[in-house]
Parts: sequence; C-alpha cells; structure tokens
Amino acid sequence: MPENTVKMKKNDAATAAEEPTAVGPTVAEAGPAPEKPRSLGADAWADLIRRPLFLISAVLIVFLLVMAAFPSLFSSTDPTAGDLSNHFLDKPKLGSLFQPDWFGYDAQGRSIYSRVVYGARVSIMVGVGVTLLTTVFGGLLGMLAGYFGGFWDTALSRITDVFFGIPFILGAMVVLNAFTDRTVWTVIGALAFLGWTTIARVMRGAVITAKHADYVVAAKALGAGTGRILRKHVLPNAIAPVIVVATIQLGVVIVAESTLSYLGLGLGTNDVSWGADISDAVKSIRNAPHILFFPAGMLSLTVLAFIMLGDAVREALDPKLR
Amino acid sequence: MGRYVARRLLQMIPVFLGTTILIFLMVNVLPGDPVAALWGDKPPDPAQMAKIKHDLGLDLPLWQQYLHYLGNLAHGEFGVTIAGSRPVIDEMAAAFPVTIRLALMAFTFEMVVGICLGVIAGIRRGKLIDTSVTIFTLLVISVPVFVLGLLGQQVIGTQLGWVTPNVQDSMNVGQLLLPAIVLGSLSLAYVARLTRTSIAENARADYIRTAVAKGLPQTRVVRMHLLRNSLIPVVTYLGTDIGALMAGAVVTEGIFNVQGVGNLLYEALARREGAVIVGIVTVFVLIYLVANLVVDLLYAVLDPRIRYA
Repeated sequence: MPENTVKMKKNDAATAAEEPTAVGPTVAEAGPAPEKPRSLGADAWADLIRRPLFLISAVLIVFLLVMAAFPSLFSSTDPTAGDLSNHFLDKPKLGSLFQPDWFGYDAQGRSIYSRVVYGARVSIMVGVGVTLLTTVFGGLLGMLAGYFGGFWDTALSRITDVFFGIPFILGAMVVLNAFTDRTVWTVIGALAFLGWTTIARVMRGAVITAKHADYVVAAKALGAGTGRILRKHVLPNAIAPVIVVATIQLGVVIVAESTLSYLGLGLGTNDVSWGADISDAVKSIRNAPHILFFPAGMLSLTVLAFIMLGDAVREALDPKLR
Repeated sequence: MGRYVARRLLQMIPVFLGTTILIFLMVNVLPGDPVAALWGDKPPDPAQMAKIKHDLGLDLPLWQQYLHYLGNLAHGEFGVTIAGSRPVIDEMAAAFPVTIRLALMAFTFEMVVGICLGVIAGIRRGKLIDTSVTIFTLLVISVPVFVLGLLGQQVIGTQLGWVTPNVQDSMNVGQLLLPAIVLGSLSLAYVARLTRTSIAENARADYIRTAVAKGLPQTRVVRMHLLRNSLIPVVTYLGTDIGALMAGAVVTEGIFNVQGVGNLLYEALARREGAVIVGIVTVFVLIYLVANLVVDLLYAVLDPRIRYA
C-alpha cells in the first residue's frame, strides 16, 4: 500500500487542537442548550429538518416503507389474480383513483396498480437489507484496515480486492444462476456477498485521511485510547462519505435487483417485483408502452428518494460545505 | 517508484489467485450438468458422457481442475468449450475487441462530459446551472440503465429514426454511439457528482484563496490548482469503472444486439459453459488489477505530497 508521507508541522497540530470541528460533549437530541456546543450529530439533525430536500425524501421514504409493510392499505385487489377479459391494451383510467383499473391491466389481465403497490416490498427489502449488511461489514473492515495500517491493511485490502475484482452484476448473475428456487433472502445474500467492497474502500480512504488530521494527532498526544479516537474523532469525520456511498448504493442495489429480474435471474414469477414487471412490460413495449411506465416510474422514484436523502444528509454532516 | 511497481505487481498475484478461485468455485457449483445437456431431451449415453468428461478433465476433483486451469493459463490457454470443443480464446478474441471499443467510447463520454459538468456545477455551487446538473444526475441515477437503453432504442432508434435500433455491424463506431452513451450514462452521473463535491470542498481551501489573491487568471486557478487537487476521488472512481463498464455491457449489449463479451457471457451462462465464464472474468480481473495500479500511480502525479518508496 502507498506509504503516504504527509508531514505534519508541529505548530499546526498545536493550533488545531482548538478547531471548532472538534466534537463537543454529546447532547442527545438537538436540545436547547445554548451555552454548550452541540455534537456533530445533533448539529447535523438541526440542519437536516430545515432542508426541503430532506423533508420531501423523508416523506417519500416513509410512504414507501408503509406501502412495503402494509400493501393492502393501498390496494384491495390481488396482484397475482389475472382476468384475461381485462385486455392489456386498455388504457389507464386516470379518473378512477386507487381502483384496480387506475393504471390499466397488463398482458395477463392483472391490475398494474395493484402490482405496483405490492412490488414495493421486494425492492425495499432488498435495498435496505443489502445496504445494512454491507455498511456494517464493509465499514468495519475498512475502518480497521485504514486505521491500523500495516499487516491488517495489506491483508484486508487484498481480500477486498479479490471481491472487488469480480464485477457486481456479473458475479450476482453467476451466484443466482446456481439457485433454482430464489427468494428475497437469496437475492439479498448474493448482492451483499459481492457488494460490501465499495463501502470498505471508501471507509478505509476516509479513515486514512482523518487519522492524519491534526485533531487526531492532538487527541493521541493528550492520551486518548484507540477506541475513543476511533469513535469520537475518526468515525464522525470519516462517516460522511460512507453515508453518501451507502445511500447511492441503496439505489444501485434496487436497480441491480430489477436488472437481475429483467435478465430472468431475479425472483421467481410468483413474487411481485418491479424488476420482473418491467421485464414483462418490455415484451409488449411496441403495443402498449404505457405498461413499462408504472413499475419503471415507481422504481426510479424510490431510487430518487434514497439518493435525495443521501444528498441532504451529506450536506448536513459536512460542515465544510456550509 | 520502480520498487513500488514491482511490489504492487507481486501483490497482484494473491489477488489474482483469490479472484480466480472465487469465480471458479461460483461457476462450478452451478446446478445442472452441461455435458448431459449436449444430448438435449434424449437420455445421455453414460459411456460417451464419461469419455467427454474425462477428455475435458471434468471428472477430476475441483482443486485439481483449478490447478489444471492455472497451468493452461500460464501458456495462454483458456480451455475449450463443452459444446463443439472450440477454444475459449477464439470466442473471446472475437468478442473482446467489440466490448473494449464500446467500453472505451462510454469511458471517454463519461469522463469528458462528467468532469466538465462536475467542475461547472462545483464552482457555481447553488446557482441555476448547479441545480440543473444536480437534477440531471439524480434523474440519470434513478432510471435503471436497461430502462434507459430501451427508451433510447424506442425513441431515438425506432421513432425518430436517428440511429438503427439494433446494431448491425458491432465494430461500427457510429452504430455503437447510442449503446455507448447509454452504457456510460450512469457513471457519467457519478463522475459529475463526485467532481462537483470535491471541487466545492476544495474551492474554499487556503491555497485557492492565495492563488486568487495573487492575481492568477480564473482558468489557471481552476485548471492547475482546483482541478488537480479535486481529481483524486474522481480518478479512483474512473479507474475502477473500466472493468464495471465492460461488465455492464452484458445488459447494454443484449438490448442493442451488440456481439460482444456481454453476449458471449449471457450465452455461456445459459449453456453453463464454465470455461467461458471463468475465462471472461479472468480477463476482467486482469484489466481491473492493472487499472488499479495505474490509479495508485496517478495519485502521486496529482498530489505530490504522496510519495512511493
């Protein structure tokens, strides 16, 4: 690994001890304590709830989470029940709000509205599940490699390289091809198995930058333990890029699931997923292009919500961008 | 510098071995018997099947198969296909030039347009142009590439008739233009966002204030001071993206009927041609490893504080 010979000037390290970015005593929530400096997290939260971008994406995500958890609140029709008398060329009836024929019917006479509602569950589960697994696992590995350096860095970075070298979608295709009976958990497992490396690398890079910073040198000089330095100084200053990448990755994972379904390697035909519906809609794209619009639109809207959330969080977390 | 490169080349060996072992295992636990599939629906002849398996070395334990494969690889041989016993290297030699051309076109597109958009948005942070670029990248990231490809094919190809919807000649640069733009669009959005963030952060650095204060023209400040210091995360991303672009071609090539690696790979997956899958991924891994080394060497060019001993 590159030995970065970034030389610190001693007087810089001394003055940086009073940097305003140094983390103050932790205040639980953004409580009104004007004489005490707020923690970075509380500061970020106070900033977040004033951002329209955050509020819009939060409302969207809450809406999607409710839809994923309780789809029957939104639609009373069975998404798998097909009635061939409902011809798929029937145009959407935009006047009949929340009725089965709102978005029209697909090639098998199934209600597109109902399928769009029920399809949220798979995308949300895969996206959130994979992102949680990869952030915890990849973040931990990246932090250890970045902070301790030396042998640990070499070993962990090589393992990361091995997994990173395998292209994501292609690797997932090979893994999922091995399973004939694929469930949501199979897809989550396959994508998490291959997808943790980006977080690990971003975390490692951010930790390497943060550990050379003057406030870490100062904290070390003042006798802080490794655990305290990692938690209080390195992690808060290295987490921002990880959160950005994790939210971007949440979108990537949801897209990956739909891509795999499009290629016929995602969930089985009994599961309702936007990806599988897009793949179905493509077959009739010349006769009824509107069928593609609804699952693809919901998919894009979901990805958009998580990316906007990541943007808002990043801008709130990074005091340099204010 | 020379010693550093030599050490990195040595470090590549375990990564290369690790990745090939991983992909070898992943491919060989696939269910279904590709040799039995040669007989189609008819029941296979056991004696003949055993002979084919023996000729191909498929009856050996997996670790012996792997060592055998590595040994062949050292001679530049990638094995033969199960159906037809064609050398895998011949199939790859036909497909790789197409995909490399497609990926390089996509790469150039995403790099030039992405960095330009990112720089403009970054130095005009909060202005209309910044908001427009941000909204544009958000939209591009939100729409899956295959939907974008299908839309592009439908609208630009079929309805407007500007390009042929399906690529007839896979080495024709003009026909590859639309697939390349679709393939590079997602990475373009990431490059623009990364550049924008990095530029916006560095624009407030002391050295920028100094450069402006001593009266340097704005183009020089942006090009020599701001861009050079902001490019490290972008270069990291671009370096790893070459491999990702070639892998992403699986989907794009399928939509536009480009006869490249993606096509070969998809057929190999369907026919369970393990040697072809492992061969393609092995080449991808080599490309990725070399790109990674180049990225690390570029760090030192971009940031002289980083030195390699």
